[in-house]
Amino acid sequence: MTKRQKKTLYRIILSAVLLIAVGYIPVTGWVKILCYMVPYLIIGWDVLWKAIRNIAHGQVFDENFLMAIATVGAFAIGEYPEAVFVMLFYQVGELFQNIAVGKSRESIAALMDIRPDYANVERDGELVQVDPEEVAVGDIIVVKPGEKIPLDGVILEGASSLNTMALTGESMPRDVMTGDSVISGCINLTGLLQVKVSKEFGESTVAKILELVENSSSVKAKSENFITRFARWYTPSVVICAALLGLIPPLFVGGWANWIHRALIFLVISCPCALVISVPLSFFGGIGGASRCGILVKGANYLEALAHSQIVVFDKTGTLTKGTFRVAQVNAQAEEEKLLFLAALAESYSDHPISESIKAAWGKPLDKSQVEQVEEQSGFGICATVEGHRVLVGNGRLMEKYGIACDAQDYNGTVIHVAEDDTYLGNLVIRDEVKEDAKDAIKGLKAAGIAKTVMLTGDKKSVGQMVGSELGLDEVRAELLPEHKVEEVERLLQEKTGKGKLVFVGDGINDAPVLSRADIGIAMGALGSDAAIEAADVVLMDDQPSKILQAIRISQKTRGIVVQNIVFALTIKFLVMILGAFDIATMWEAVFADVGVSVIAILNATRALRVPK
Amino acid sequence: MKKTFKMQELDCANCAAKMENAISKIEGVSKASISFMAQKLTIETERESLDEIMQEVVKAVKKIDSNCTVVL
Repeated sequence: MTKRQKKTLYRIILSAVLLIAVGYIPVTGWVKILCYMVPYLIIGWDVLWKAIRNIAHGQVFDENFLMAIATVGAFAIGEYPEAVFVMLFYQVGELFQNIAVGKSRESIAALMDIRPDYANVERDGELVQVDPEEVAVGDIIVVKPGEKIPLDGVILEGASSLNTMALTGESMPRDVMTGDSVISGCINLTGLLQVKVSKEFGESTVAKILELVENSSSVKAKSENFITRFARWYTPSVVICAALLGLIPPLFVGGWANWIHRALIFLVISCPCALVISVPLSFFGGIGGASRCGILVKGANYLEALAHSQIVVFDKTGTLTKGTFRVAQVNAQAEEEKLLFLAALAESYSDHPISESIKAAWGKPLDKSQVEQVEEQSGFGICATVEGHRVLVGNGRLMEKYGIACDAQDYNGTVIHVAEDDTYLGNLVIRDEVKEDAKDAIKGLKAAGIAKTVMLTGDKKSVGQMVGSELGLDEVRAELLPEHKVEEVERLLQEKTGKGKLVFVGDGINDAPVLSRADIGIAMGALGSDAAIEAADVVLMDDQPSKILQAIRISQKTRGIVVQNIVFALTIKFLVMILGAFDIATMWEAVFADVGVSVIAILNATRALRVPK
Repeated sequence: MKKTFKMQELDCANCAAKMENAISKIEGVSKASISFMAQKLTIETERESLDEIMQEVVKAVKKIDSNCTVVL
């Protein structure tokens, strides 16, 4: 608790004790009023003071003014204990609200505690700590175990494991060694690292993430704008109703004190605070909870829109699949071993991803001296000489070029044929691997109410279809050029109904136009990719498709809390108003409808910070 | 030009909404947003300098809640 909060707490306790004590003093008339004035002024002087000052400024319908009128009115009609109690309860509510908001700010600040405080730089043979902003590109920094990596860079010397939890939400440490690039904000766990800085602080990952998170709160959700607009006419209308209720009926039926009492009930309920605070508090919590899982949302509006996701469109490579190749099938005419060996040998000089996958499939060391006259024929494959024999490794066109009949079957993947002299040995089928959690993510999306899942790919139809059926996607569009992807998204945008939103998920590198065309663009695997962070509305720091599902779940939960709060607060307020108008509810119920409801709404809103599993 | 300012002692969400509304109406401000949770004011303007506008902003803020200050 801050000093100010503590002071309020003491005032509340003192005033409450006095209120009870005064009840036992047998006094009447003016003395009684004066006795009740003591606890009233202790708890309410600041509200009264603010009310007077704000009227001087022309601010009429502010909450201090309403509370002042309601309680002074209660005094005027002889309801002294009620007047003190309403003010007391109002302050309890304010204090509680203050603490809850402060707590949720703190916990989010703690989540985002990734800003490095210093960098160790060698100056004149001595290691000194400097501000990360003073370090230039190309400087060499030293990161000791337990320290945060202050700037993005490449490891010159050392090996260690890094904790990326604060950035990605992933608890598994990441192993790094000399030559690897490292990202600012990670915590060095075990070894001493010498890092050559590749970006200055302002451009580093940490700075980008912090900027994104800090700006996210200025972009508001539709429901927040709705509620502030609503509050603007709610308070004046309730006050007008109160005035009418307090003045008109007694002209005809008399009983001024009773009608004014009913009007005061309206004034107590007329504060819109519960609503106005609970909506942004929920979104703030939701965005904070998401960033703890490595899901960065650029604004409350996107978090809100995600809850209405109807169509989710995925890019294939790098999003649903790993984007790494693997030999999935070996179709040998005779010896499988020989086929793989020759292919690997012929590819031994190449570092193309496909060559790498063949070498990985062979898995044993290769003696490169066995290969001679390697000739890479672009668009065809490789022609090499191995121990006097001509070896051909490549696509169907290469076989055709050399007049070798080959197996022309469609294998749902990239087919690499191998021939020795004029003999066809067989082929290797190479495929991109589907990510482990992709299938569960798609299934989860369906369960979360997504009507349609679509995959767009530039890859062959057969490959796309295979991935699509393996993952259980509703629609696959293959052989698309980048500009066709935008057309496809526009077509799908026509398909959505009502409030439904279209989400596009990509790796953020080549799909910036599509990301911006979709209602919500999600970029994944963004750790270290500035382009992705810039282009997308939601940024996933790691590359697991299950995070998309988690993001949608968080948004649905947050949205649910917001709706609950709005409905709950309005229902109770209107109910108590009606009861108050018919003299069934008293000031006690009214103060519950105001303060109690706002406490409950705030407690409900803080749930948004907890991430659904 | 877009600039963000920190706000202190902004402790009522409804006041924040009122301030946002008042600041949006100041001449030269093309967009204003106050985040109650982050205690931040973001102002966008077409003008070269914010100095004049900020004087008006401070006035508008004081008028709604005199405890609240904008850190310039």
